[in-house]
Amino acid sequence: MKRVYVNEEWCLGCHLCEYNCAFANSGMSDMVLALKGRPIFPRIHVEEGDKISYAVSCRHCEDPICVKSCIAGALSKEDGVIRIDQERCVSCYTCVLVCPYGALSPGESGVMQKCELCLQNTVGEPACVKGCPNKAIVYEERGEVL
Amino acid sequence: MKKYVIIGNGIAAAGCIEGIRSVDNSGEITVISEEPHKVYCRPLISYYLEGKADLSRISYRGEDFYDRMNCTVLYGKKAVHIHKDTQKIELDDGTKLDYTSLCIATGSSPFVPPMEGLDLVKDKFSFQTLDDALSLEKQLTPSSRVLIIGAGLIGLKCAEGILDRVGSVTVIDLAGRVLSSILDDECASLMQRHLMKHGIKFYLNDSAARFEENKAFLKSGAEVDFDILVLAVGVRANVSLVREAGGEVNRGILVDERMQTSLPGIFAAGDCTESLDISSQEKRVMAILPNANMQGQTAGINMAGGAAVFDKGIPMNSIGFFGLHAMTAGSYEGELYEEKTDTSIKRLYVKDDLLKGFILIGCDERAGIYTSLIREQVPLSSLDFERLKTAATTAAFSQEMRRKKFGGMV
Repeated sequence: MKRVYVNEEWCLGCHLCEYNCAFANSGMSDMVLALKGRPIFPRIHVEEGDKISYAVSCRHCEDPICVKSCIAGALSKEDGVIRIDQERCVSCYTCVLVCPYGALSPGESGVMQKCELCLQNTVGEPACVKGCPNKAIVYEERGEVL
Repeated sequence: MKKYVIIGNGIAAAGCIEGIRSVDNSGEITVISEEPHKVYCRPLISYYLEGKADLSRISYRGEDFYDRMNCTVLYGKKAVHIHKDTQKIELDDGTKLDYTSLCIATGSSPFVPPMEGLDLVKDKFSFQTLDDALSLEKQLTPSSRVLIIGAGLIGLKCAEGILDRVGSVTVIDLAGRVLSSILDDECASLMQRHLMKHGIKFYLNDSAARFEENKAFLKSGAEVDFDILVLAVGVRANVSLVREAGGEVNRGILVDERMQTSLPGIFAAGDCTESLDISSQEKRVMAILPNANMQGQTAGINMAGGAAVFDKGIPMNSIGFFGLHAMTAGSYEGELYEEKTDTSIKRLYVKDDLLKGFILIGCDERAGIYTSLIREQVPLSSLDFERLKTAATTAAFSQEMRRKKFGGMV
C-alpha cells in the first residue's frame, strides 16, 4: 500500500504541508478564505529538532494500537487506511494517549481527526505531498522497514 | 473442526473473535452473552446519558459483526460450570456446550460493601452496563438529588454524564482524593477543583455509615438527602468459573503473555484477568478497554493455533471531565520531572534509564509518544530526554530510531 513518507534531510521546515492539509480538509474552494486569519487544524505536523525538521502524519500501522484502544469503536482500518468516524468519536483522547507518533489531534470542533491520505476529500491524493516544494514528503510503496 | 467458546461478550470477546478469525476462517465460534446486547462500548454509557453518544452508535463493531465473523451468540445465558476433563461448558439452563478451545472474558462486577440500611433505599443503581444506565436514566428528573458513592473513574463519569439532567450531584469517597487509583494528591486536587467549579459536591475521607430511604448518614456526622443513589465503590474481576475449575486465580485470573490460564486449552482476557504490568514488573488487574481488546486478540490468535503475545501491558487511562483531560500511564516510581501551571500538571517518572510512568493533566499533546517509550522500554540514554521531557516529540529520538519509525512500514 502507498503511504506518506518523509525525507528529513530535504525538509525545509516551511510548514506548507500543514496549510495544504488544513485546506484540503476544509471543504472550501478558496485557500485564503479557508485559512486566512484563522487557527488551522492540520492532520500533519512538522517536528523540529536542533538541525532537523520533518513532517509527521498517521503511519497507517500494520497493527494499529489506536484502533484497538478506541473506546467508541470510531477508529477502523479499511483497505490498509486507518479511518476515523467522527460521528462516533466522543473526544476521550485515548488515541492521543496511545499513538506513538502523535498523529491524532482534535480538530476545530474538539472531535479527533487524523490523516486519511486525502482519499476522502476532493484532493484524492495526499495534499501535503502534492504541495511539498522540496519533495521532502513522498507518497509511495515501501514494503518493509528499511 | 475446532469449536471455540467465548464466555462473555464484551470488548475482550470481540478482540478474541477477531483474533480467531485472523487465523481460522472455518472453526465454529460460540459466544455466551449474559447481557441481551451485541458487543457495545461500555465506557460510552456516561456519554449516552450526557447526550454525546446515541444508542445506535454505541455498538462496538457494527450491527453485522457476528455475521461477518460467522459466530453464534447465545444471549441471556450464563455459564455456570467448566467441565474441564470432558471439555464442556454448562449453562444456567442446563445445556452443555463442547469446546476444543475456551476463552474466559467474563469481565468484572460491581463490588458493594455492606452498608447499614442500604436495603431501605429504593432507587439505587450500579453504573457498569448499558442496562444500568438505561434504568438510571428512567429515574432522572431535573430536580433529582443524586448521591454517588465512589469518586473513581466510574462514579465521576456518571456524575459528569447526568449533571445537566438532575438537580444536584454529590459524591462521597472513603479516599481523601478523587480518582485515587490513578492520581496523586496534587493532581487529584486540580481535577476536583475543576469538577466542583462545574457544580459537583464532594465528601472525601468519608463514607456512608447508614442509610434511610432518602438520606445518608456519613461517618463524619454529615447528612445527605438524596432521591437517587449510585453505587460505584469498585469492581471485582469475575474469576469464579476458573477458580472452581481449579485454575490459578489471584485478584484476577492469572494468565501468561499468551493469555493462557493455568488450565490447558483455557485462555482468559480482559477485565477478569491479572497479567504482567511491564512498568512495575508486577502482575496486576489492568481493567482498561485497550488492554481488553489486545488481550482478547492475543488469546484468539493463540486459540486458533497462531502465535501472539501480549507483552507490553501497562495501566493507562485517558479520562476527561468538562473539557479537562487527565492522562496517566505506567507506574509512578523513580525520579520525578515535573512542570506545573495553574491549570496543568505534568509528571514524568524515570527509573533505571526508562520512562516508567506519567500523569498529564491539561497538557496532553502527543502524549502517546511518552506512552510508547514506556511500552517499548526505550533506554532514555538513547535519545535526547532533556528535550523530550519538556515536549513529547519524536525529534528527540536518535536518527536511527526515527529512520525505523518513519522510513518504512510500521
